[in-house]
Amino acid sequence: MAIDARHVSKSFAQYTALKDVNLRVNDGELVALLGPSGSGKTTLLRIIAGLDAPDPNPETAVFVNDEEISRKQVSERKVGFVFQHYALFRHMTVFENIAFGLRVRPRKVRPSNDAIRSKVNELLELIQLGRWAAHYPSQLSGGQRQRVALARALAIEPNILLLDEPFGALDARVRQDLRRWLRNLHAKIHITSVLVTHDQEEALEVADRVVIMNQGRIEQVGTPNEVFHNPASEFVVTFLGNVNLFHGRVESGQTVIGKVSVGQRQDSSVPDGKSARVFVRPHELEIERQPLNGADVRSRVARIQSAGSIVRVELIGEQSEAINVDLTHDRYHELGIQAGDEVFVRVRDARVFVAEEPAVDYSI
Amino acid sequence: MTTPKTFPHTEPKWMQNTLIAISVGFVGLLILLPVVAVFTEALRKGLGFYWKSVSDPLALSALRLTLFTAVVTLAANLVFAIAASWCIAKFNFPGKNLLMTLIDIPFAVSPVISGLIFILVFGARGWFGPALHSAGLQIVFATPGIILATVFVTFPFIARELIPLMQEQGTEEEEAAILLGASAWQTFLRVTLPNIRWALVYGIVLANARAMGEFGAVSVVSGHVRGRTNTLPLHVEILYNEYNFAAAFAVASLLALLAVVTLAAKAVLEWRLRVEQESAVAETGKA
Repeated sequence: MAIDARHVSKSFAQYTALKDVNLRVNDGELVALLGPSGSGKTTLLRIIAGLDAPDPNPETAVFVNDEEISRKQVSERKVGFVFQHYALFRHMTVFENIAFGLRVRPRKVRPSNDAIRSKVNELLELIQLGRWAAHYPSQLSGGQRQRVALARALAIEPNILLLDEPFGALDARVRQDLRRWLRNLHAKIHITSVLVTHDQEEALEVADRVVIMNQGRIEQVGTPNEVFHNPASEFVVTFLGNVNLFHGRVESGQTVIGKVSVGQRQDSSVPDGKSARVFVRPHELEIERQPLNGADVRSRVARIQSAGSIVRVELIGEQSEAINVDLTHDRYHELGIQAGDEVFVRVRDARVFVAEEPAVDYSI
Repeated sequence: MTTPKTFPHTEPKWMQNTLIAISVGFVGLLILLPVVAVFTEALRKGLGFYWKSVSDPLALSALRLTLFTAVVTLAANLVFAIAASWCIAKFNFPGKNLLMTLIDIPFAVSPVISGLIFILVFGARGWFGPALHSAGLQIVFATPGIILATVFVTFPFIARELIPLMQEQGTEEEEAAILLGASAWQTFLRVTLPNIRWALVYGIVLANARAMGEFGAVSVVSGHVRGRTNTLPLHVEILYNEYNFAAAFAVASLLALLAVVTLAAKAVLEWRLRVEQESAVAETGKA
């Protein structure tokens, strides 16, 4: 079922959490709300769930399956919600936690005890915790608790599934596993889902579409590929992973850093002398031993970190700025560089922002 | 020099012994000894006299009044404490800090003063005295006054236990329950209440002990009408002032016994819950 939030604003006593946000989630889609803390992502999720009310405004409306949700009680909306800190009922067993949503139904629509048991067992099977049915939440690990929380949310056969930083309290390894597991689960049951996270890797890996939020506004909406490769703002570039920032300017149709041109501008309307901010990801830089037709920045190798799937090289540029470069192990061995060596850095690809303009993509 | 193998003690042995001696000495001298004294003095004139003092109609009426007051007080405090802790722990509203301070007033005010307040408000010459009199209601020097004074003195006990616990537990479990389709009442009964039950029991035990033992406030509002408005502590005082020491201690031992029963009830409840949880876990082990 689709979710459609229109003109949602929310202010608290001290600050404004959401500023006129519009968001549409298509039926069966898994969308990630990604942003730093305080960007309003959790507030938006709680408003969709009905746990918080948006600021009153005639234009504001939140639809789930074409139905305005403020007309319904929270308990009637059938929203599956997963909390960061699980919020399992601590005095109930795993079995009773999952059964809760079925047991509290009014007698007329409540399933029989047998039906509840088979439904719960089916969900225990799904989360692979059948042997833990009679345990209490305090006896489970974090990853197991979060799976119970998910099963509990799914037990009521919700219309939509909302997950608030579901893996935020788990360690890296468990987070990886659960992420993949959630992706597979979603592929199986195709429930319209919204996931809140501050972890860009998580959002890009799990979601069909990513909504990047900052200071109560949506910065960009797109597939993981779109937002990563065609970021709409400086914020999006810097938030999605490591990036090097170079300060340049516009000179006769070119963006120039120091004396080095990083490419021809596609729009020639920008007047010369405007300052430009050039963002380059570590893997979009190339290291050479020798200067190449002047299009390189001279620098010195400060540190090499080769324990990993890529080699991270930290360079110090001519204005003693730090430059991060990612190399493949093959390229690293080919270059044979060591700390202290003088090298030349070439920009292969960059994102340039002039003043407050939208992004212009470059390739050299 | 030998070092203990089990776990390292940072304090030297003499300090451990001193701390243990101080604690045991304090408890023995100030708590255990008086309790033993109550029972020895009570039985000084033999079991026959003890039984006579305890089954005296005036003593029995005081016992009845004390138990009745305690039950009504606890019921009133339960409703008040849960409502107050709920709103303080789960919502934000203007005047919240003021409410929390007001709850502590009975701890700060002398019980005698609180008794006098009720005389001032409900007494014959008090604010509502004439109105109540013409309506045929007597509050002061009657059971309602005793109950009001006891409620006043005991109402922080349960709330003080619940507020920090409910604040720590937050609202997420309740939110989860509501989202799963539970009504407000179901959420309270199935989620909130079970989570606070031990703090609740503990608060009830404390409030009950105070309710049964309260002297100052009740002494002011009761009027000491023997057989009508005398509670156990007041009865003890009267006997003592009449130099009837053995009888005074015999009745006092009743109060001590009531305290023991309260503590035993708490211990049994705690034990029952532990057994319940352990058996549930043992069952999974077999499956």
